[in-house]
Amino acid sequence: MTTSGRLAMLALADARFPGGGHVHSGGLEEATHRGVVTRPEELREFLFGRLHGTGELAAVFAAAATHSAAGGAGRQYWLRFDAELDARTPSPAQRDASRAQGRGTARAGRVAWPSSALDELLAATARPHHATVLGVLLGGSGNGTPRDAAAVAAYLALSGSASAAVRLLGLDPFAANAAVTELGPELDRVAERAADTVGDDPADLPAPSAPALDLLAEAHQRHHREEVRLFAS
Amino acid sequence: MRAEHDHGHNHPVNFDPTVAEPDPFEPASAGDRPLRIGLGGPVGSGKTALTAALCRTLGAEIELGVVTNDIYTTEDADFLIKAGVLDADRIEAVQTGACPHTAIRDDITANLDAVERLQQRHPGVRLVLVESGGDNLTAVFSRGLADAQVFVVDVAGGDKVPRKGGPGVTTADLLVINKIDLAERVGADMEVMLSDAHRMRGELPVIAQSLTDTPRAPEVAAWVRQRLAAGAPAR
Repeated sequence: MTTSGRLAMLALADARFPGGGHVHSGGLEEATHRGVVTRPEELREFLFGRLHGTGELAAVFAAAATHSAAGGAGRQYWLRFDAELDARTPSPAQRDASRAQGRGTARAGRVAWPSSALDELLAATARPHHATVLGVLLGGSGNGTPRDAAAVAAYLALSGSASAAVRLLGLDPFAANAAVTELGPELDRVAERAADTVGDDPADLPAPSAPALDLLAEAHQRHHREEVRLFAS
Repeated sequence: MRAEHDHGHNHPVNFDPTVAEPDPFEPASAGDRPLRIGLGGPVGSGKTALTAALCRTLGAEIELGVVTNDIYTTEDADFLIKAGVLDADRIEAVQTGACPHTAIRDDITANLDAVERLQQRHPGVRLVLVESGGDNLTAVFSRGLADAQVFVVDVAGGDKVPRKGGPGVTTADLLVINKIDLAERVGADMEVMLSDAHRMRGELPVIAQSLTDTPRAPEVAAWVRQRLAAGAPAR
Protein backbone atom coordinates (compact mmCIF):
# COMPACT_ATOMS: atom_id res chain seq x y z
CA MET A 1 0.00 0.00 0.00
CA THR A 2 1.20 3.51 -0.75
CA THR A 3 1.57 6.32 1.76
CA SER A 4 -1.52 8.00 0.35
CA GLY A 5 -3.36 4.75 1.01
CA ARG A 6 -2.60 4.87 4.70
CA LEU A 7 -3.78 8.47 4.77
CA ALA A 8 -7.05 7.65 3.00
CA MET A 9 -7.82 5.02 5.61
CA LEU A 10 -7.00 7.37 8.47
CA ALA A 11 -9.02 10.22 6.98
CA LEU A 12 -12.09 8.02 6.50
CA ALA A 13 -11.89 6.84 10.12
CA ASP A 14 -11.35 10.38 11.45
CA ALA A 15 -14.32 11.86 13.31
CA ARG A 16 -13.53 15.11 11.46
CA PHE A 17 -14.22 13.52 8.08
CA PRO A 18 -17.16 15.57 6.78
CA GLY A 19 -19.41 12.68 5.77
CA GLY A 20 -22.31 13.32 8.13
CA GLY A 21 -21.38 10.76 10.79
CA HIS A 22 -21.52 13.17 13.71
CA VAL A 23 -25.33 13.25 13.76
CA HIS A 24 -25.64 9.47 14.25
CA SER A 25 -25.38 7.77 17.63
CA GLY A 26 -25.98 4.20 16.46
CA GLY A 27 -28.77 3.59 18.98
CA LEU A 28 -26.85 5.13 21.87
CA GLU A 29 -29.27 8.04 22.26
CA GLU A 30 -32.22 5.70 22.59
CA ALA A 31 -30.23 3.53 25.01
CA THR A 32 -29.49 6.53 27.23
CA HIS A 33 -33.14 7.59 27.22
CA ARG A 34 -34.04 4.12 28.44
CA GLY A 35 -31.38 4.19 31.11
CA VAL A 36 -29.58 1.24 29.50
CA VAL A 37 -26.33 3.18 29.19
CA THR A 38 -25.48 5.62 31.97
CA ARG A 39 -21.86 4.81 32.93
CA PRO A 40 -18.58 3.94 31.18
CA GLU A 41 -18.95 0.25 32.10
CA GLU A 42 -22.30 0.13 30.35
CA LEU A 43 -20.92 2.00 27.37
CA ARG A 44 -18.26 -0.71 27.10
CA GLU A 45 -20.94 -3.41 26.93
CA PHE A 46 -22.95 -1.42 24.42
CA LEU A 47 -19.90 -0.96 22.19
CA PHE A 48 -19.14 -4.69 22.37
CA GLY A 49 -22.64 -5.29 20.98
CA ARG A 50 -22.15 -2.62 18.31
CA LEU A 51 -18.90 -4.24 17.19
CA HIS A 52 -20.37 -7.72 16.83
CA GLY A 53 -23.68 -6.59 15.33
CA THR A 54 -23.63 -3.53 13.12
CA GLY A 55 -19.83 -3.33 13.13
CA GLU A 56 -19.18 -6.85 11.89
CA LEU A 57 -21.83 -6.61 9.19
CA ALA A 58 -20.38 -3.30 8.00
CA ALA A 59 -16.88 -4.81 8.07
CA VAL A 60 -17.95 -7.76 5.92
CA PHE A 61 -19.57 -5.56 3.29
CA ALA A 62 -16.85 -2.90 3.34
CA ALA A 63 -14.22 -5.60 2.74
CA ALA A 64 -16.23 -7.18 -0.06
CA ALA A 65 -16.87 -3.79 -1.67
CA THR A 66 -13.15 -2.98 -1.61
CA HIS A 67 -12.36 -6.24 -3.38
CA SER A 68 -15.14 -5.83 -5.94
CA ALA A 69 -14.35 -2.16 -6.65
CA ALA A 70 -10.71 -3.03 -7.30
CA GLY A 71 -11.93 -5.79 -9.63
CA GLY A 72 -14.04 -3.38 -11.69
CA ALA A 73 -17.53 -4.48 -10.61
CA GLY A 74 -20.39 -3.01 -12.66
CA ARG A 75 -23.85 -1.63 -12.02
CA GLN A 76 -25.67 -4.94 -11.94
CA TYR A 77 -23.29 -6.27 -9.32
CA TRP A 78 -23.74 -3.19 -7.12
CA LEU A 79 -27.51 -3.45 -7.31
CA ARG A 80 -27.34 -7.06 -6.08
CA PHE A 81 -24.79 -6.09 -3.45
CA ASP A 82 -27.05 -3.29 -2.25
CA ALA A 83 -30.06 -5.59 -1.99
CA GLU A 84 -28.07 -8.17 -0.01
CA LEU A 85 -27.00 -5.56 2.53
CA ASP A 86 -30.58 -4.32 2.75
CA ALA A 87 -31.72 -7.86 3.48
CA ARG A 88 -29.23 -8.07 6.35
CA THR A 89 -30.45 -4.77 7.85
CA PRO A 90 -33.99 -5.53 9.01
CA SER A 91 -34.66 -2.13 10.65
CA PRO A 92 -35.84 0.51 8.16
CA ALA A 93 -34.45 3.21 10.47
CA GLN A 94 -31.01 1.60 10.35
CA ARG A 95 -31.17 1.22 6.58
CA ASP A 96 -31.98 4.90 6.34
CA ALA A 97 -29.17 5.88 8.72
CA SER A 98 -26.71 3.76 6.75
CA ARG A 99 -27.79 5.25 3.41
CA ALA A 100 -27.68 8.81 4.79
CA GLN A 101 -24.07 8.27 5.88
CA GLY A 102 -23.28 6.49 2.63
CA ARG A 103 -24.54 9.44 0.63
CA GLY A 104 -22.63 11.92 2.79
CA THR A 105 -19.43 9.86 2.64
CA ALA A 106 -19.75 9.55 -1.13
CA ARG A 107 -20.27 13.31 -1.46
CA ALA A 108 -17.12 14.06 0.52
CA GLY A 109 -15.17 11.10 -0.86
CA ARG A 110 -15.89 11.93 -4.47
CA VAL A 111 -13.89 15.13 -4.07
CA ALA A 112 -11.02 13.43 -2.24
CA TRP A 113 -10.76 10.06 -4.04
CA PRO A 114 -12.64 10.11 -7.34
CA SER A 115 -12.71 6.81 -9.22
CA SER A 116 -14.64 5.10 -11.97
CA ALA A 117 -15.64 2.45 -9.40
CA LEU A 118 -17.38 5.14 -7.33
CA ASP A 119 -19.14 6.50 -10.43
CA GLU A 120 -20.30 2.99 -11.24
CA LEU A 121 -21.67 2.48 -7.71
CA LEU A 122 -23.45 5.87 -7.69
CA ALA A 123 -24.97 5.12 -11.09
CA ALA A 124 -26.48 1.98 -9.57
CA THR A 125 -27.79 3.78 -6.49
CA ALA A 126 -27.57 7.45 -5.49
CA ARG A 127 -27.79 6.56 -1.79
CA PRO A 128 -25.59 3.53 -1.25
CA HIS A 129 -24.99 1.99 2.16
CA HIS A 130 -22.19 3.45 4.27
CA ALA A 131 -20.10 0.25 4.31
CA THR A 132 -20.30 -0.06 0.53
CA VAL A 133 -19.05 3.48 0.01
CA LEU A 134 -16.14 3.02 2.43
CA GLY A 135 -15.04 -0.07 0.51
CA VAL A 136 -15.45 1.50 -2.91
CA LEU A 137 -13.55 4.65 -1.89
CA LEU A 138 -10.58 2.60 -0.71
CA GLY A 139 -10.68 -0.18 -3.32
CA GLY A 140 -11.69 1.97 -6.28
CA SER A 141 -8.82 4.39 -5.80
CA GLY A 142 -6.27 1.68 -5.00
CA ASN A 143 -5.80 3.21 -1.58
CA GLY A 144 -6.64 0.33 0.70
CA THR A 145 -7.11 -3.38 1.22
CA PRO A 146 -10.32 -5.19 2.17
CA ARG A 147 -8.95 -5.56 5.66
CA ASP A 148 -8.31 -1.82 5.94
CA ALA A 149 -11.86 -1.05 4.87
CA ALA A 150 -13.24 -3.64 7.32
CA ALA A 151 -11.27 -2.08 10.16
CA VAL A 152 -12.51 1.43 9.28
CA ALA A 153 -16.13 0.27 9.06
CA ALA A 154 -15.92 -1.59 12.38
CA TYR A 155 -14.18 1.33 14.07
CA LEU A 156 -16.81 3.83 12.87
CA ALA A 157 -19.51 1.60 14.36
CA LEU A 158 -17.84 2.23 17.73
CA SER A 159 -16.53 5.79 17.57
CA GLY A 160 -19.86 7.40 16.66
CA SER A 161 -21.64 5.85 19.64
CA ALA A 162 -18.79 6.65 22.03
CA SER A 163 -18.76 10.30 20.96
CA ALA A 164 -22.54 10.47 21.35
CA ALA A 165 -22.18 9.12 24.89
CA VAL A 166 -19.82 11.95 25.76
CA ARG A 167 -22.20 14.53 24.31
CA LEU A 168 -25.41 13.10 25.79
CA LEU A 169 -24.24 11.87 29.19
CA GLY A 170 -21.28 14.14 29.78
CA LEU A 171 -19.20 10.99 30.28
CA ASP A 172 -15.53 11.39 30.99
CA PRO A 173 -14.06 11.52 27.47
CA PHE A 174 -10.99 9.59 28.61
CA ALA A 175 -13.15 6.74 29.86
CA ALA A 176 -15.22 6.75 26.67
CA ASN A 177 -12.10 6.71 24.52
CA ALA A 178 -10.65 3.85 26.56
CA ALA A 179 -13.90 1.91 26.13
CA VAL A 180 -13.29 2.07 22.37
CA THR A 181 -9.60 1.27 22.39
CA GLU A 182 -10.02 -1.71 24.72
CA LEU A 183 -11.82 -3.40 21.86
CA GLY A 184 -8.69 -3.23 19.68
CA PRO A 185 -7.84 -6.96 19.58
CA GLU A 186 -11.52 -7.79 19.14
CA LEU A 187 -11.76 -5.33 16.24
CA ASP A 188 -8.72 -6.90 14.57
CA ARG A 189 -10.38 -10.31 14.66
CA VAL A 190 -13.59 -8.87 13.17
CA ALA A 191 -11.64 -7.22 10.35
CA GLU A 192 -9.65 -10.38 9.68
CA ARG A 193 -12.75 -12.57 9.49
CA ALA A 194 -14.38 -10.02 7.17
CA ALA A 195 -11.37 -9.98 4.86
CA ASP A 196 -11.54 -13.79 4.65
CA THR A 197 -14.96 -13.65 3.00
CA VAL A 198 -14.09 -11.37 0.05
CA GLY A 199 -14.68 -12.94 -3.32
CA ASP A 200 -17.80 -14.74 -2.10
CA ASP A 201 -20.99 -14.02 -3.99
CA PRO A 202 -22.87 -11.21 -2.17
CA ALA A 203 -25.68 -13.65 -1.40
CA ASP A 204 -23.23 -15.91 0.45
CA LEU A 205 -21.65 -13.23 2.65
CA PRO A 206 -22.16 -13.64 6.41
CA ALA A 207 -25.18 -12.05 8.10
CA PRO A 208 -24.21 -11.10 11.67
CA SER A 209 -26.94 -9.25 13.52
CA ALA A 210 -27.91 -7.61 16.82
CA PRO A 211 -31.70 -7.54 17.20
CA ALA A 212 -31.52 -5.21 20.21
CA LEU A 213 -29.84 -2.55 18.05
CA ASP A 214 -32.53 -3.00 15.40
CA LEU A 215 -35.19 -2.45 18.05
CA LEU A 216 -33.41 0.58 19.52
CA ALA A 217 -33.16 2.13 16.05
CA GLU A 218 -36.86 1.65 15.44
CA ALA A 219 -37.79 3.01 18.88
CA HIS A 220 -35.53 6.03 18.34
CA GLN A 221 -37.33 6.97 15.17
CA ARG A 222 -40.76 6.39 16.69
CA HIS A 223 -39.96 8.56 19.69
CA HIS A 224 -38.53 11.30 17.55
CA ARG A 225 -41.99 11.98 16.22
CA GLU A 226 -43.23 12.49 19.78
CA GLU A 227 -40.37 14.30 21.48
CA VAL A 228 -37.06 15.86 20.65
CA ARG A 229 -34.10 13.73 19.71
CA LEU A 230 -30.69 15.27 19.09
CA PHE A 231 -29.33 12.55 16.80
CA ALA A 232 -30.65 11.24 13.51
CA SER A 233 -30.13 7.66 14.67
CA MET B 1 -4.99 38.51 5.71
CA ARG B 2 -3.03 37.46 2.68
CA ALA B 3 0.72 37.54 3.07
CA GLU B 4 1.61 37.64 -0.59
CA HIS B 5 0.14 39.62 -3.43
CA ASP B 6 0.76 39.68 -7.10
CA HIS B 7 1.60 43.38 -7.00
CA GLY B 8 5.16 43.10 -5.85
CA HIS B 9 5.17 43.34 -2.07
CA ASN B 10 4.11 41.43 1.03
CA HIS B 11 1.64 42.45 3.71
CA PRO B 12 2.26 41.34 7.27
CA VAL B 13 -0.02 38.46 8.29
CA ASN B 14 -2.48 39.54 10.96
CA PHE B 15 -3.34 36.86 13.48
CA ASP B 16 -5.91 38.91 15.38
CA PRO B 17 -9.15 36.94 14.88
CA THR B 18 -11.25 40.00 15.62
CA VAL B 19 -9.94 42.09 12.76
CA ALA B 20 -12.69 42.74 10.24
CA GLU B 21 -12.08 41.67 6.70
CA PRO B 22 -14.49 40.61 4.05
CA ASP B 23 -14.48 36.88 3.40
CA PRO B 24 -11.70 36.35 0.84
CA PHE B 25 -13.45 33.43 -0.88
CA GLU B 26 -15.84 33.62 -3.77
CA PRO B 27 -19.30 32.44 -2.76
CA ALA B 28 -19.93 28.83 -3.73
CA SER B 29 -23.19 29.75 -5.46
CA ALA B 30 -23.09 28.55 -9.01
CA GLY B 31 -25.19 26.70 -11.48
CA ASP B 32 -28.81 25.87 -11.29
CA ARG B 33 -29.67 25.89 -7.63
CA PRO B 34 -31.32 28.16 -5.10
CA LEU B 35 -29.41 30.83 -3.22
CA ARG B 36 -28.65 29.64 0.31
CA ILE B 37 -28.58 32.23 3.06
CA GLY B 38 -27.48 31.25 6.56
CA LEU B 39 -28.92 32.90 9.68
CA GLY B 40 -26.80 32.37 12.79
CA GLY B 41 -26.36 33.89 16.22
CA PRO B 42 -26.71 33.27 19.94
CA VAL B 43 -29.72 31.59 21.57
CA GLY B 44 -32.75 33.86 21.82
CA SER B 45 -31.43 36.63 19.60
CA GLY B 46 -34.42 36.33 17.28
CA LYS B 47 -33.25 34.13 14.40
CA THR B 48 -36.54 32.31 14.07
CA ALA B 49 -38.56 35.52 14.31
CA LEU B 50 -36.38 37.06 11.60
CA THR B 51 -36.77 33.95 9.45
CA ALA B 52 -40.54 34.19 9.85
CA ALA B 53 -40.48 37.90 8.95
CA LEU B 54 -38.43 37.20 5.82
CA CYS B 55 -40.79 34.41 4.80
CA ARG B 56 -43.73 36.77 5.23
CA THR B 57 -42.12 39.55 3.21
CA LEU B 58 -40.34 37.57 0.51
CA GLY B 59 -42.70 34.60 0.27
CA ALA B 60 -45.02 36.51 -2.05
CA GLU B 61 -42.15 37.47 -4.38
CA ILE B 62 -40.09 34.32 -4.62
CA GLU B 63 -40.41 30.61 -4.00
CA LEU B 64 -38.58 29.80 -0.79
CA GLY B 65 -37.87 27.11 1.78
CA VAL B 66 -36.40 26.94 5.28
CA VAL B 67 -33.95 24.53 6.91
CA THR B 68 -33.91 24.78 10.69
CA ASN B 69 -31.12 23.43 12.91
CA ASP B 70 -32.58 24.29 16.28
CA ILE B 71 -32.29 21.45 18.78
CA TYR B 72 -35.99 21.85 19.45
CA THR B 73 -36.62 21.47 15.80
CA THR B 74 -40.29 20.76 15.99
CA GLU B 75 -40.73 23.90 18.04
CA ASP B 76 -39.12 26.16 15.44
CA ALA B 77 -40.96 24.49 12.60
CA ASP B 78 -44.21 24.75 14.56
CA PHE B 79 -43.56 28.45 15.12
CA LEU B 80 -43.21 29.04 11.39
CA ILE B 81 -46.24 26.93 10.54
CA LYS B 82 -48.43 28.57 13.18
CA ALA B 83 -47.29 32.00 12.12
CA GLY B 84 -48.83 31.01 8.80
CA VAL B 85 -45.77 32.10 6.87
CA LEU B 86 -44.78 28.78 5.34
CA ASP B 87 -46.34 25.42 4.53
CA ALA B 88 -45.01 22.55 6.58
CA ASP B 89 -43.57 20.86 3.51
CA ARG B 90 -41.35 23.85 2.84
CA ILE B 91 -39.57 23.42 6.17
CA GLU B 92 -36.85 20.83 6.76
CA ALA B 93 -35.52 20.11 10.23
CA VAL B 94 -31.97 18.88 10.82
CA GLN B 95 -30.70 16.90 13.79
CA THR B 96 -27.29 18.21 14.73
CA GLY B 97 -26.05 15.50 17.10
CA ALA B 98 -25.89 18.07 19.92
CA CYS B 99 -23.30 20.10 17.97
CA PRO B 100 -25.07 22.92 16.11
CA HIS B 101 -21.86 24.61 14.97
CA THR B 102 -20.50 21.34 13.54
CA ALA B 103 -23.63 20.92 11.44
CA ILE B 104 -23.32 24.35 9.82
CA ARG B 105 -19.54 24.53 9.57
CA ASP B 106 -17.33 21.45 9.93
CA ASP B 107 -19.62 18.79 8.50
CA ILE B 108 -22.47 20.25 6.48
CA THR B 109 -23.77 16.90 5.20
CA ALA B 110 -27.06 16.88 7.12
CA ASN B 111 -27.84 20.44 6.00
CA LEU B 112 -27.00 19.79 2.36
CA ASP B 113 -29.24 16.71 2.49
CA ALA B 114 -32.06 18.86 3.89
CA VAL B 115 -31.62 21.46 1.12
CA GLU B 116 -31.71 18.66 -1.44
CA ARG B 117 -34.93 17.25 0.00
CA LEU B 118 -36.51 20.72 -0.26
CA GLN B 119 -35.37 21.01 -3.87
CA GLN B 120 -36.73 17.59 -4.72
CA ARG B 121 -40.14 18.44 -3.31
CA HIS B 122 -40.14 21.97 -4.75
CA PRO B 123 -38.00 22.12 -7.88
CA GLY B 124 -38.86 25.81 -8.32
CA VAL B 125 -37.42 26.94 -4.97
CA ARG B 126 -35.04 29.90 -5.50
CA LEU B 127 -34.11 30.85 -1.94
CA VAL B 128 -33.34 28.61 1.04
CA LEU B 129 -32.94 30.18 4.47
CA VAL B 130 -30.77 27.97 6.69
CA GLU B 131 -31.34 28.83 10.33
CA SER B 132 -28.65 27.59 12.69
CA GLY B 133 -29.26 26.40 16.20
CA GLY B 134 -28.49 29.03 18.82
CA ASP B 135 -24.75 28.98 19.37
CA ASN B 136 -21.81 31.06 20.52
CA LEU B 137 -20.04 34.02 18.94
CA THR B 138 -17.57 31.83 17.05
CA ALA B 139 -20.17 29.91 15.05
CA VAL B 140 -20.20 30.72 11.36
CA PHE B 141 -21.55 28.94 8.32
CA SER B 142 -19.28 27.06 5.97
CA ARG B 143 -19.12 28.66 2.52
CA GLY B 144 -19.94 25.22 1.20
CA LEU B 145 -23.37 25.55 2.77
CA ALA B 146 -24.26 29.26 2.79
CA ASP B 147 -23.71 31.61 -0.14
CA ALA B 148 -24.16 34.51 2.26
CA GLN B 149 -24.70 34.70 5.99
CA VAL B 150 -26.46 36.89 8.50
CA PHE B 151 -25.37 37.00 12.13
CA VAL B 152 -28.13 38.01 14.53
CA VAL B 153 -27.45 39.48 17.97
CA ASP B 154 -29.85 41.40 20.20
CA VAL B 155 -29.63 44.33 22.59
CA ALA B 156 -30.84 42.19 25.51
CA GLY B 157 -27.72 40.04 25.17
CA GLY B 158 -25.70 43.05 26.30
CA ASP B 159 -24.33 46.05 24.42
CA LYS B 160 -20.78 44.65 24.67
CA VAL B 161 -21.48 41.79 22.25
CA PRO B 162 -20.29 43.57 19.07
CA ARG B 163 -17.10 44.64 20.85
CA LYS B 164 -16.34 41.02 21.78
CA GLY B 165 -15.98 40.25 18.11
CA GLY B 166 -15.54 36.66 16.99
CA PRO B 167 -15.99 35.40 13.45
CA GLY B 168 -19.80 35.74 13.59
CA VAL B 169 -19.72 39.47 14.34
CA THR B 170 -16.65 40.32 12.27
CA THR B 171 -17.05 38.25 9.09
CA ALA B 172 -20.79 37.69 8.52
CA ASP B 173 -22.02 39.33 5.34
CA LEU B 174 -24.67 41.13 7.38
CA LEU B 175 -24.86 41.81 11.12
CA VAL B 176 -28.35 42.36 12.50
CA ILE B 177 -28.80 43.97 15.90
CA ASN B 178 -32.25 42.88 16.96
CA LYS B 179 -34.86 44.04 19.48
CA ILE B 180 -33.74 47.67 19.53
CA ASP B 181 -37.12 48.59 21.02
CA LEU B 182 -35.86 46.99 24.26
CA ALA B 183 -32.61 48.97 24.39
CA GLU B 184 -33.79 51.47 26.94
CA ARG B 185 -35.29 48.86 29.25
CA VAL B 186 -32.20 46.68 29.37
CA GLY B 187 -29.86 49.65 29.61
CA ALA B 188 -28.18 49.01 26.27
CA ASP B 189 -26.44 51.93 24.65
CA MET B 190 -27.38 51.76 20.98
CA GLU B 191 -24.79 54.28 19.95
CA VAL B 192 -22.02 52.23 21.53
CA MET B 193 -23.37 49.03 20.02
CA LEU B 194 -23.54 50.46 16.54
CA SER B 195 -20.18 52.20 16.63
CA ASP B 196 -18.53 49.05 18.04
CA ALA B 197 -20.20 46.97 15.33
CA HIS B 198 -18.97 49.24 12.56
CA ARG B 199 -15.50 49.42 14.07
CA MET B 200 -15.27 45.61 14.22
CA ARG B 201 -16.72 45.10 10.76
CA GLY B 202 -15.14 47.79 8.65
CA GLU B 203 -17.08 48.09 5.40
CA LEU B 204 -19.48 45.22 6.11
CA PRO B 205 -23.11 46.27 6.67
CA VAL B 206 -24.97 46.46 10.00
CA ILE B 207 -28.74 46.71 10.37
CA ALA B 208 -30.40 47.62 13.68
CA GLN B 209 -34.05 46.63 13.80
CA SER B 210 -37.04 45.77 15.94
CA LEU B 211 -39.54 43.24 14.70
CA THR B 212 -42.04 44.79 17.09
CA ASP B 213 -41.77 48.14 15.30
CA THR B 214 -41.20 46.78 11.77
CA PRO B 215 -42.58 43.22 11.73
CA ARG B 216 -41.71 42.62 8.08
CA ALA B 217 -37.98 43.28 8.50
CA PRO B 218 -37.87 45.59 5.46
CA GLU B 219 -34.17 46.43 5.58
CA VAL B 220 -33.00 42.83 5.90
CA ALA B 221 -35.47 41.80 3.19
CA ALA B 222 -33.98 44.48 0.93
CA TRP B 223 -30.50 43.10 1.60
CA VAL B 224 -31.69 39.58 0.71
CA ARG B 225 -33.20 40.94 -2.54
CA GLN B 226 -29.82 42.44 -3.42
CA ARG B 227 -28.17 39.10 -2.78
CA LEU B 228 -30.72 37.35 -4.93
CA ALA B 229 -30.13 39.80 -7.75
CA ALA B 230 -26.37 39.49 -7.47
CA GLY B 231 -25.89 35.87 -6.62
CA ALA B 232 -28.93 33.84 -7.58
CA PRO B 233 -27.95 31.26 -10.14
CA ALA B 234 -29.65 31.79 -13.50
CA ARG B 235 -32.65 29.65 -14.18
